[in-house]
Amino acid sequence: MRPFKYSASTTINSAAQLLSANPNARILAGGTNILDLMKEDVERPDELVDINRLNLSVVKPITEGVNKGGISIGGLGKNAETANHPLIRQNFPLLTQAILAGASAQIRNMATNGGNLNQRTRCPYFYEVSMPCNKREPGTGCGAREGINRMHAIFGWSESCVAVHPSDMCVALAALDAVVKVQGSSGKVRSIPFAEYHRLPGEMPEKDNTLQHGEVVTSIEIPKNNFASKSYYLKVRDRASYAFALVSVAAAIEMNGSGIKQAWLALGGVAHKPWRAFEAERFLAGKAATADNFRQAAEMEMKQAKALEHNGFKIELGTRAIVLALTRAMNGGTA
Amino acid sequence: MATHQYLGGQPDEALDRVDGRQKVTGAAKYSVDDILPGLTYAVLVESTIAKGHIKKIDTKKAQSAPGVLAIIYHGNAPAIPGYETGGNPAKPPTGGEPFRVFQNTQIYFAGQPIAIVIADTYERAIYAATLVETEYNKDDQRTDIEGNKDKAVVPKGPRYADYIRGEADAYKNSVIKIEAEYIIPVEVHNPMELHATTAFWDGEDKVTVFDKTQGVKSTQRSIMDAFKLKEQNVQVNTDFVGGGFGSGLRTWPHVIAAVLAAKKINKPVKLVLTRPQMFTMVGYRPYSWQKISLGATRDGVLTGLTHEAISETSTYEEFTDRTVDISKVMYACPNVNTRYKIVALDKSTPTWMRGPGEATGAYALECAIDELSYAVNLDPLELRIRNHADVDPVRNLPWSSKYLKECYQKGAEAIGWNKRNPKPNSMQEGEWQLGYGMGAGNFNANRGRATVKATLLADGSLVLQSAVSDSGPGTATTMTSIASNVFGLSPGKITFELGDSSLPPGPTQGGSTTTSTLGSAVHDVCVALQQKMAELVTIQGSLLQGAKPENLHFEKGYITLKTDASKKVAYADVVKQTGSSQLEVTKDSQAGDERNKYSIYSFAVHFVQVQVHRLTGVVRIKKVVTVADAGKIINEKTAASQLMGGVVSGIGMALMEDAVMDHRFGRYVNNNLADYHVPVSADVPDIKALFIDKPDPFINPIGSKGLGEIANVGFAAAVANAVYHATGKRIRTLPITPDKLLR
Repeated sequence: MRPFKYSASTTINSAAQLLSANPNARILAGGTNILDLMKEDVERPDELVDINRLNLSVVKPITEGVNKGGISIGGLGKNAETANHPLIRQNFPLLTQAILAGASAQIRNMATNGGNLNQRTRCPYFYEVSMPCNKREPGTGCGAREGINRMHAIFGWSESCVAVHPSDMCVALAALDAVVKVQGSSGKVRSIPFAEYHRLPGEMPEKDNTLQHGEVVTSIEIPKNNFASKSYYLKVRDRASYAFALVSVAAAIEMNGSGIKQAWLALGGVAHKPWRAFEAERFLAGKAATADNFRQAAEMEMKQAKALEHNGFKIELGTRAIVLALTRAMNGGTA
Repeated sequence: MATHQYLGGQPDEALDRVDGRQKVTGAAKYSVDDILPGLTYAVLVESTIAKGHIKKIDTKKAQSAPGVLAIIYHGNAPAIPGYETGGNPAKPPTGGEPFRVFQNTQIYFAGQPIAIVIADTYERAIYAATLVETEYNKDDQRTDIEGNKDKAVVPKGPRYADYIRGEADAYKNSVIKIEAEYIIPVEVHNPMELHATTAFWDGEDKVTVFDKTQGVKSTQRSIMDAFKLKEQNVQVNTDFVGGGFGSGLRTWPHVIAAVLAAKKINKPVKLVLTRPQMFTMVGYRPYSWQKISLGATRDGVLTGLTHEAISETSTYEEFTDRTVDISKVMYACPNVNTRYKIVALDKSTPTWMRGPGEATGAYALECAIDELSYAVNLDPLELRIRNHADVDPVRNLPWSSKYLKECYQKGAEAIGWNKRNPKPNSMQEGEWQLGYGMGAGNFNANRGRATVKATLLADGSLVLQSAVSDSGPGTATTMTSIASNVFGLSPGKITFELGDSSLPPGPTQGGSTTTSTLGSAVHDVCVALQQKMAELVTIQGSLLQGAKPENLHFEKGYITLKTDASKKVAYADVVKQTGSSQLEVTKDSQAGDERNKYSIYSFAVHFVQVQVHRLTGVVRIKKVVTVADAGKIINEKTAASQLMGGVVSGIGMALMEDAVMDHRFGRYVNNNLADYHVPVSADVPDIKALFIDKPDPFINPIGSKGLGEIANVGFAAAVANAVYHATGKRIRTLPITPDKLLR
């Protein structure tokens, strides 16, 4: 791997300053993605700023602000600890299911919450330096657009990039209306609604999200909700564990008597960002929780989908997965 | 050299693995684990194009990177004497010339090694490798078999000519006809352990190599040939192998590259392939297109069978396997013909992968048989019994032993075959459709040649030695069992040494032959040692003086008279009587002419129960029953492990393995273990591994036939057939991923 400078910081401020001072510096947290990418020669930072000593791993109730009553998870909290934390299991089982559906136990033990948000795509053209990729090397073209694209996007892709965001955790966080708290060298804290955190590729696929260089994800706030007993994370994949989603669905329903007050739906494996299915959500509000309505909602959402050469199946699979996830959510969130 | 001694307590029927403790505690040393003083690290630079020539390699930047000791490429590679005289460092499977590393500017495939960088640390070597700048004159590559089938040719060897028994294409005139095409994509062995070689020279003409290989003797031979060295001057060590599945059957160019690098810098060099390099440098199961055409009577009696296959090879070597051969011998059918062709593509050469051609062919044949069963409305099991080959239909010779019908019966009972509703898409469990399927297979049960040295020590313990490597089946354990039984000594007093080319020559571990070949040699050397002991114990002044050798009984470390157990002499005392510290016998052992009188095969059947999710198309394998007729089972524990391993590779083949290439670049896009899926624990259900366990009377003195390959042959078909039974959908292109079941 290329030589690089290692810097360690003990405060958010010093980390942000080290990062700001060097446009080629990257954050080292769990290291489960950045180190792999450096070994593959895909990421070539000349400095790693280790933030592991920052005190950002706490899971705690939010006692003030707009998300009062919700739970805050630290940016450096480990995925496994977050998933298994009693406050998360009790209040947001959807998040627990999603985290545990991702990666492997070993990776979840190392990977951090902030790192999960900021992980890069698993598109093979991004990973192979001898092949074209606008995300890795802007201007070289998108290898997947006319190449092997079975795992790629059906929503929101552009001619420059058809990659998908690989996270499961983020799909649940999107459905949970989470808010990402970030802090830069100025010390100012920004709150980014989850739906705005990740980007669609457009003409700038090299930019995955709206985090600015020099900013650190300090925490993720999850507002209180009333659907803990009616939520489900469904992940459809090629093998039973340790595989990225063909399609995944985070589904949650809040009932109002016998009708749906509101539904929350987000899809994974289908876009450059966790895909919030707003169309389907709007349709379901006020409707009866029937299989027919689930199907109609799913089809409505999928109308916007545009398949590539090898991933046409995701449209039908996504439709069915939405129906199944909503059904299981109604059944108390069990398979 | 790996030394294995049974450490368990009093053994019951089957010994625990003699190397189990080493493996689970991390004490086992694999080829990559040897740290020698002054060790240096090598990294291969690969071609990024699939076809053309190297215009220029610029190593200046890399050369001046920190820690770099040398960079070798075609422009400065020291001579490899065996290359110049036409010697083959790795014999080609059928024809052509093996790839010769760093010899010229020609590019045959993407991922071809074009330079090797040696540095003082691994990290520095990787970094320097990224600084090597290469310019190419690129030609258009051809890497896709689809679209190039018209360029398929019949391989050169005689055994690949079209085969005709009776009438060709007789299925066309049959009442019932089935014609179906099947595709298996490229599969990569992907053992957990990466291929690795550490080499160091002692002077100009002596080299020691630690290598991941399935054959220490064949690797030794390849290095001798390439560098023109004497046998005693090439030492190859392979104490443990972390899985091979065929990838370690040849001596690949990277091994020669490592030996060359060590020579150039005159220091120990370690080269470990990366996971992506495992896709292009150590072979793979070639892509195959197959068509099976079956003709039958309304009663399901086969009247015609035509098996056609097109597979792939590289442009520089002709790789072939026995894809169509299983159709010649599996069923009694008067009219059988096969056509086998290969297409030369701009890829590296494929190689044998578990159950090589037979697993490929059995997938197509056993699916087609299942399709026929529905066409004639017959239980697929009954259809197979109706067409059972009572003799080898190719050679018209009796089988040495065949208990396939017993396998069918045992397996059917264990899985509950007769309790299923035979109608497709008729059984369900909640959201899941339920299905049962079966697939059978066979594999030629060979016996090669092996030499084993037995040394009886003065304490009455026995040391056995042979130059084999154990890629996982538990060779030392099995050999200890055989020796214990034949020689009459507790397994705790037996040591088996292997993994060292200086030991008496043993076979390469492949083709399901090690137990048969080496086990026979162990048997023979134990008998020979007993004969020698008998001579000594009857002529010297011992209790047994004057006894006839045939009246002696060998058990638990004592020789007794069969007629009088009170007259006994300890093995240790026999050694002591000779006045020397040990008693040695070396025995060479090989097959006789039994193969001219009998056809010798192993047989197996696989039954599976699957669930297919009605909405998502996800397939879960819920139960597996595999029954093998592999002759006498030496050790039921290691044998069952081997069957389970074969089943797991079959699950991969059926449901997930698929090396996907972007033919615009001739490069694989999923060349890592996150994207190239092999089964994880969650994909593997309870596997019942059962045996007939009846000795084959003719194959060898121990009665054991091969087991490793049949564990996989026919398994993928069983899954595909079960998926059809569950859903009514016939998936003829592997792997059966959820998207294929949505339609």
